Amino acid sequence: MRHLLRSPAGLAGTTLVTIMVILAIIGPPIWGAEAERINPSAILQGVSDAHPLGTDNLGRDILARVMVAGRLSLLLALLTTLIGAVIGTVLGALPSVLPRRGARVVTGTVNALVAFPGLLLAMFTAVVAGLGAKGAVLGIGVAIAPGFARLTQTLAASVAGADYVSAARMLGVPRMRVMTRHVLPNIAEPLILNLTQALGSALLALAGMSFLGLGVQPPSFDWGRLLFEGFSRIYDTPAVALGPAVAVALAGIGFNLLGDALARAAARTTTPAKAAPVPAARQEIEEPDPEAVLEVRDLTVTFPGGVTPVRGLSLTVAPGEIVGLVGESGSGKSLTSSAIGGLVPYPGKVTTGRLRLCGVDLAELPEQERRKLLGTSLAMVFQDPMASLNPALRVGGQLAEVATVHQGASREKAWERAVDRLDHVHIPEPERRARQHPHELSGGMRQRVVIAMGLMGTPRLIIADEPTTALDVTVQRQILRLLRQVTAETGAATLFISHDIAVVGELCDRVVVMYAGRVVEELPVDQLVTGAAHPYTRALVASLPDMDTDRSLPLASIPGRQPAPAEVGAGCAFAPRCALASDRCAELPPLIPYGKAHSVACWEAQ
Amino acid sequence: MIIKNLTVRFGAFTAVDDVTLEIPQGAIVGLVGESGSGKSTLAKAVTGLVRYTGEISGADTRRIQMVFQNPYASLNPRMTVGASVAEGLRLPRADRAAEVERLLSLVSLPGAVAQRYPRELSGGMRQRVAIARALGARPELLVADEITSALDVSVQGSVLNLVRSLREELGLSMLFISHNLAVVRYVSDVVAVMHQGRLVETGPTEEVVDAPRHDYTRSLLEAVPRLGRVS
Repeated sequence: MRHLLRSPAGLAGTTLVTIMVILAIIGPPIWGAEAERINPSAILQGVSDAHPLGTDNLGRDILARVMVAGRLSLLLALLTTLIGAVIGTVLGALPSVLPRRGARVVTGTVNALVAFPGLLLAMFTAVVAGLGAKGAVLGIGVAIAPGFARLTQTLAASVAGADYVSAARMLGVPRMRVMTRHVLPNIAEPLILNLTQALGSALLALAGMSFLGLGVQPPSFDWGRLLFEGFSRIYDTPAVALGPAVAVALAGIGFNLLGDALARAAARTTTPAKAAPVPAARQEIEEPDPEAVLEVRDLTVTFPGGVTPVRGLSLTVAPGEIVGLVGESGSGKSLTSSAIGGLVPYPGKVTTGRLRLCGVDLAELPEQERRKLLGTSLAMVFQDPMASLNPALRVGGQLAEVATVHQGASREKAWERAVDRLDHVHIPEPERRARQHPHELSGGMRQRVVIAMGLMGTPRLIIADEPTTALDVTVQRQILRLLRQVTAETGAATLFISHDIAVVGELCDRVVVMYAGRVVEELPVDQLVTGAAHPYTRALVASLPDMDTDRSLPLASIPGRQPAPAEVGAGCAFAPRCALASDRCAELPPLIPYGKAHSVACWEAQ
Repeated sequence: MIIKNLTVRFGAFTAVDDVTLEIPQGAIVGLVGESGSGKSTLAKAVTGLVRYTGEISGADTRRIQMVFQNPYASLNPRMTVGASVAEGLRLPRADRAAEVERLLSLVSLPGAVAQRYPRELSGGMRQRVAIARALGARPELLVADEITSALDVSVQGSVLNLVRSLREELGLSMLFISHNLAVVRYVSDVVAVMHQGRLVETGPTEEVVDAPRHDYTRSLLEAVPRLGRVS
C-alpha cells in the first residue's frame, strides 16, 4: 500500500478512484432532487453563477446531473466488468477441467472470439439484447470476456504444469477441486489486477455506447448520455458537453493508473527489514604477497536492507594451484567469485581491504585498464555454458573475437587460434565444430568451448563456478581432468567453486570452506577427510555418502539450516547447529592458524 | 510389483526401451543413469503420467505415489502444510487432523508444522512434507525421483535416513531414482542401471557396486568423485 502511494501515478490513481467512489455514494442523496427538478424558466441556459455548467432542454442543472450520474456510470461499469470477468474466467478455466475434446472446443472458441473485433461483438450483443442500459452492459461485458478468458487460460496452463498439481492428480483429487484449490488461488493476483484496468475500460466503453445512443435511455442518465445530450450544443455552450466529458476522462484515467500501479506494486519484491551493519575491517592488513596471482582481503558484498552475503572474506591463490571454495547454497561462494570478476549485480555493493590480481591492485587501476586486465588474464567458467555463449553466433567466431578485441589479431589469425584452442581442449574435429552453433553441441562440449575461450588469452586466473554441476558424472570427470591439465600447462591459478565437497576433494590442492558468508576453515586437501578441525567441515564430510559408506549405520546430518544472509548474527553463525557450541561462540571466532597451511575459525576446534 | 516390457515412445524417439524390472515387496530398488537415460520417463510411466506400452502388474496403479525433485515447486504455496498433507486422505473430516499429525510424525516433523505455509520451511522439511503427503494415500509403491538432488549435503543425510526408516518401519516398497550412485548405493537393496532407455544391469546392491558386469556400470562407478582421491 505504501508503494502504491509513493509513485505519483499511484497516488493520482488512488485519489481519483477514491473521489469517484465518494461521489457515487453521496452524489444522488445530495444533488438528486436538483438534478431532476424541471424548470421551464431556465431552459437551455449557458454558464452562469446559478448553473456553472448550464442547464438542459428541461431546465435541469447539468452540474448536479453530472454529480448524480457518477453512481449509475460506476455501477454499470462494475456490472459490465463482473460479467466479463466471470464469463472470461469460466471460459478460460474450462479447458483445464473438461476432458480433452471439450477442452479443445472451448480453446478454439476463445481463440476465435479473441480474434473477433471487440466493438463489433459489443454492438451485436447490444442489438440482440435490446436497446438500453441492459444491452450496453451485456454487450461490453461479452466483448471484454475473451481477453479475460485468454489471460486465465495462459495463467492456468502455467500453473497446471507445476509439480503440486501433478501431486494432487496422483492423489486422486478431482479435476474441479484441483482447479479451485490449486490453480485459481495461484493465479488470482494477476486476474484481480487486470480487473481494475478492465473497470476503467468498461467505463469508457459504456460512455461511448451511451454517447452513440445505444446505452442508457431517458429518463435514466449516465455520463455518456449527458455527453450525448450536450454534444449538439457544443459549438455555442461547450461547458454542457465538457462537464460530463471531463468526468468520464478522469474516472477512466483514475482506474487505469490505479491498475498500473497495483500491478507494479505486486511485481515488486518486498525488501527485508534492516539488519545490523557489518563491522568494518578490523585487523591490520599485512604486506601483499608478491607470488600470489589472486589476493583478496576483507571482501564484503552487501545488498540494500542489511543483506550481507559475503562478510570479510580473505583468500590467496598461488600460480599453478587449484583452490576449492566449498559451501552450501546461500553461503556466498558464488558472489565471492562474482565480486572478484567485477560482476556483482546491481544493487550489490562490494568493499575490499585489498583485491590484487597478478600483483596489481584492481582498486587503483583506471576503469579501462582494469577491464583490459580482467579481459586478458581472467577466465571464467560458469555452471551453464550457454550463459557465456551467444546462441546466434558460431563458436569459432566467438572464440576468435577474444583475440581480435583484446590482442589485436587479424581475423584469419584469430580463427586459426580458435580452432587450435578447440583442439587443445580435446574437441574432436575442431574445424567442423568451430563452424557450428552452441545448440549443436552437447553440454560437456559447450563447457569445453567456454574453457577454450578462456585459453584464447594467457589466463593467469581461472575462476570455475560450479562448472560441472549440470553435467553427468562421466562428463564431469573429463571436465575436471581438463581443468587440471589446463592449470598445469598455463601455470594459472584456479579458483574452483562448488557445493560438492567430493568433487572439490578430488580436484583441488587446497580447500576453503565457507559458511554464512565467512571462511570457517582453510586446509590442504589431504587433511579434508581425517584432519578437518571445524565442526562444520567435519559434519559436511561425515554427511556425504560415498562408495565406502557403511550402509548399516544412519548417515550423519546437521540439524537446522544455514542462516539467510540477512539473519546472520554477531557471533559464530554455525553455533545454533553445532554440538560443541559454548558461551564463547556468541563472540565471532577469528580465522587463526591451525597447523601447517591450515587455519580455522572456531573456539572449540580440536 | 513387476514392470514387464515397458516401452515409452515420443514420436520416433524411444525414451524407455523394453524395460522389465521387479520391485519386491518392502524393498528399495535404486535406478541410476545419466541425464537422458530414460529414468525419469520410466518413473512417469509407472505413476501414469505418460502413456506406455507393456504391463505393470502386482500393484494397484492408483496406489502408486511420487515424490518430486524440487521441494520448492511440489507444494502449493497458498495451502498450509496440513491442508496439503490432508489432500490424499480418504477419511471423514473429523479424523483428518489426527491422521495429518500421525503422518507428520512418521517423517519426524512436529505436529505444529501443519499450521505453517511451505515458504516458512527449509528444503529438507518441505521434502519431508511431500513424503508425508504421499504416505497419506497409503501407497503400495513410492516413486522418489531425485528427491535429494535439490537439497544441501547437510540435510540430504536426514532425508536418506528417513527413506530407509520408512522401509524398515512400514515395509514400504520404493523405486528410488538418482543420478548419484553413492546415494543409490546407500539406500537401495537392488540397483538397476539405465543407459539410453535400456536397463543394462540389475542386481543386489553389493553385487552391482563391487562386481559390475556391464561396461557402462563400470565407467559410471569409475566416475564417481571420491574424497581424497587425487586423479
